[in-house]
Amino acid sequence: MTNVIGTPTRKFSADESRIAGRNNLTGYLVSAIAVFVAALMLAPLVLSFLSSVKTPEQASATPPSYFPTSLSLENYDHVLHFGAGLGTYVGNSLGVAALAIIFSLLLAVPAGFGLARFSIPFKEFLFVVLLMPLMIPYQALLTPLYFMFAKLGLANSLFGLAIVHTILQVPFSVYLMRNAFEAIPRELEEAAVIDGCSTFVSFRRVFLPLVFPAMVTVALFAFIASWNEFLAALIFMNKETSFTVPIMLVSVRIGHFGSVDWGALQAGILISILPCALIYIFLQKYYVSGLLGGAVK
Amino acid sequence: MNSRNASRWIGLIYVLPALIFVCAFVLYPFGQLVYTSLTSQSLLGGGAFVGLANYQRAFNDAAFWTALGFTARYTLFITPILMGLGLLLAFLVLPNRKIQKFARGVIFLPVVIGLGTSSFLWYWLFDEQVGLFNKVLVNLHVIVHPIVWFTSADLALWAVIISVTWKVVGFGMILFVAGMQSISSEVVEASLIDGTSYLQRTTRIFLPLILRTILLVTLISAIGSMLAFEQLYIMTAGGPRGKTLTTVYWIYQNSFINFKLGYGAALSVILTGIILCGTAVQLVLTNRRAHQ
Repeated sequence: MTNVIGTPTRKFSADESRIAGRNNLTGYLVSAIAVFVAALMLAPLVLSFLSSVKTPEQASATPPSYFPTSLSLENYDHVLHFGAGLGTYVGNSLGVAALAIIFSLLLAVPAGFGLARFSIPFKEFLFVVLLMPLMIPYQALLTPLYFMFAKLGLANSLFGLAIVHTILQVPFSVYLMRNAFEAIPRELEEAAVIDGCSTFVSFRRVFLPLVFPAMVTVALFAFIASWNEFLAALIFMNKETSFTVPIMLVSVRIGHFGSVDWGALQAGILISILPCALIYIFLQKYYVSGLLGGAVK
Repeated sequence: MNSRNASRWIGLIYVLPALIFVCAFVLYPFGQLVYTSLTSQSLLGGGAFVGLANYQRAFNDAAFWTALGFTARYTLFITPILMGLGLLLAFLVLPNRKIQKFARGVIFLPVVIGLGTSSFLWYWLFDEQVGLFNKVLVNLHVIVHPIVWFTSADLALWAVIISVTWKVVGFGMILFVAGMQSISSEVVEASLIDGTSYLQRTTRIFLPLILRTILLVTLISAIGSMLAFEQLYIMTAGGPRGKTLTTVYWIYQNSFINFKLGYGAALSVILTGIILCGTAVQLVLTNRRAHQ
C-alpha cells in the first residue's frame, strides 16, 4: 500500500524535481503556491478557533472581527452546559461509534477471511450482495428502518443508530479485509495445516495478527464515519438526551432564545472536529492506506 | 478432495454473519420500501394498494422535478470543479519535498471533518451579519458591499459549492497523487530523454495513465453529490422558497415531516434507481480481477 502523505513512496525517487522537469526557480514557485493553498485551507479552521475564544458578545458582534480582543472560554462553558450537557452528547457519539466499530469488525473480518481463503459456491455473487449498501443508498432505507427499529424497541437507541452506521461501512470493510487476507501467502496457511491447526485456530493464530493493520483501518473509518454521520442521527435520535454531537450543533444554532449563539456554535464545531483531526494526525498511515486501498485498487 | 468440499461450506459460515446483516438491514427494508411505494400509506393509516399511482404522482410533481433538477445542477457544477482543482492541487503537491508533503496533509485535513460540521462552519462564514467571508472579500477589494448569500438560490448554490469544495477537494487530490506516483519512473525518464516539455508530459503521460483513477473519483463525487442533503439542510434549509431542495431533502420532507410514507417510498425507489446506474459503472471500473 502506498503511503502518500507520510513517508517517501516506493517508485518516485529523490530526484523527483528532475522527473517533473522543473528547474530550481519554478520549484520554489510551486512550493510557495503550495504553502499559500495550505494556508487558505487552514484559514476557516483558524478563524473558527479565534472566534471560539472571543467573548460571547464579541463572537456575535456586527461587523465581525478576525481576532479576539480578550481571551475567554465562556463559549466552551456554554457548550459544556448546553441542553443535556456536552458529556451526554459526546457519550452518545462515542457509544455509537464504538458499537459501529465492533459490528464492522465482527462482520467484515470473518467475511473477508471466508471470501479470500475458501472456494465458496457463488462467491462473486455473494460478494456483490455484500456490496449492496453501495448500490442502495441508505438515505432511501431510512423510512423502513425507522419503523423496523420502532417495532424492535431500537428507536432512540445507540444500538439502532450503530446498526445504520455499520450498513454504511460493510462494503468498504469487507473489501479491505478480503484484500488483506488475500495478500497473505498460501505457504503460511499450509504450514499451519501441517502443524495440525484447524481452520479456526489458524485463522486466529496465523491470520489475525497479519491483518491487524487492515483491522485498524476498518476501525478508524467506522469511527470517523459514525462520529460524523448526520441524516440518520437526525431522524433516529429525536429525544434531546439521545442526540449525537452533530445533532447537538443543530440545537446550539437554534439557541435558547431564538437568536444564534455564534460563539457557542464555534466551540461546538471545534469540539466535533477535534477527535477526527487527532486520529488523522496520529494515525494517518492507516487512514490514507485504507482510502487508497478501498477506493481505487 | 473431501476436505476441499467441506471447506466450501466452512468458508460460507465465515461469510454468513455479514450476509444475514445485509439481508436483514438492507435487502429486507428495500423490499418493504418497494412494497410501501405501491400503497397510499401515511402515518395516519391508509395503506391501500394503489399500484403505480405514487410513481405517476412523482412524475407530475413539479416540486420533485425542481429538487431533482437542482440536485443535477449542483452535481454538474461541483463535479468538474472538484476534478479540475483536485488535479491542479495534485500536480502542485506531487514532489516529495517537505513543504509539499505538509501541504498535502493540510489540504486533505477537511476530508475527515463531518459534512454536517463543515456546513455549520461555512454557514457562519457566509452569514451576512457575523460571517468573515464577506469581510475578507471587502478587505481584498473584491466586493464593495457585503453579499447576502442565502436569499438568492444561485448565490446559495455557490456558497454551498465553495464550502463542499473546501471539505472534499483533498480526497481527489490524494487519489490523483497516488495514481501519479505509481507511474513507473522509467516511463517518465524515457520521456525526459526524448526531450518532452512539461506540458507534453502532463497531457501525454500523467493524465492518460491515471485516467481510470480520474473516472473513478468523478463517479464517486457525482454519486455523493446526487445524494446531497446535510449541506443544504444546514446552510439554506432548502430556501429561498424551496429552490435549493435536493432529492434526498425532498424525500426527507415527504417521509419524516409530512409523513406521506407511500409517496416518500416511491421517491426513494426512484433515487435508488439513479444511484444504481452510477455504482454499477463504479463496480465495473474497480473490478478486482481486471487489475490484479
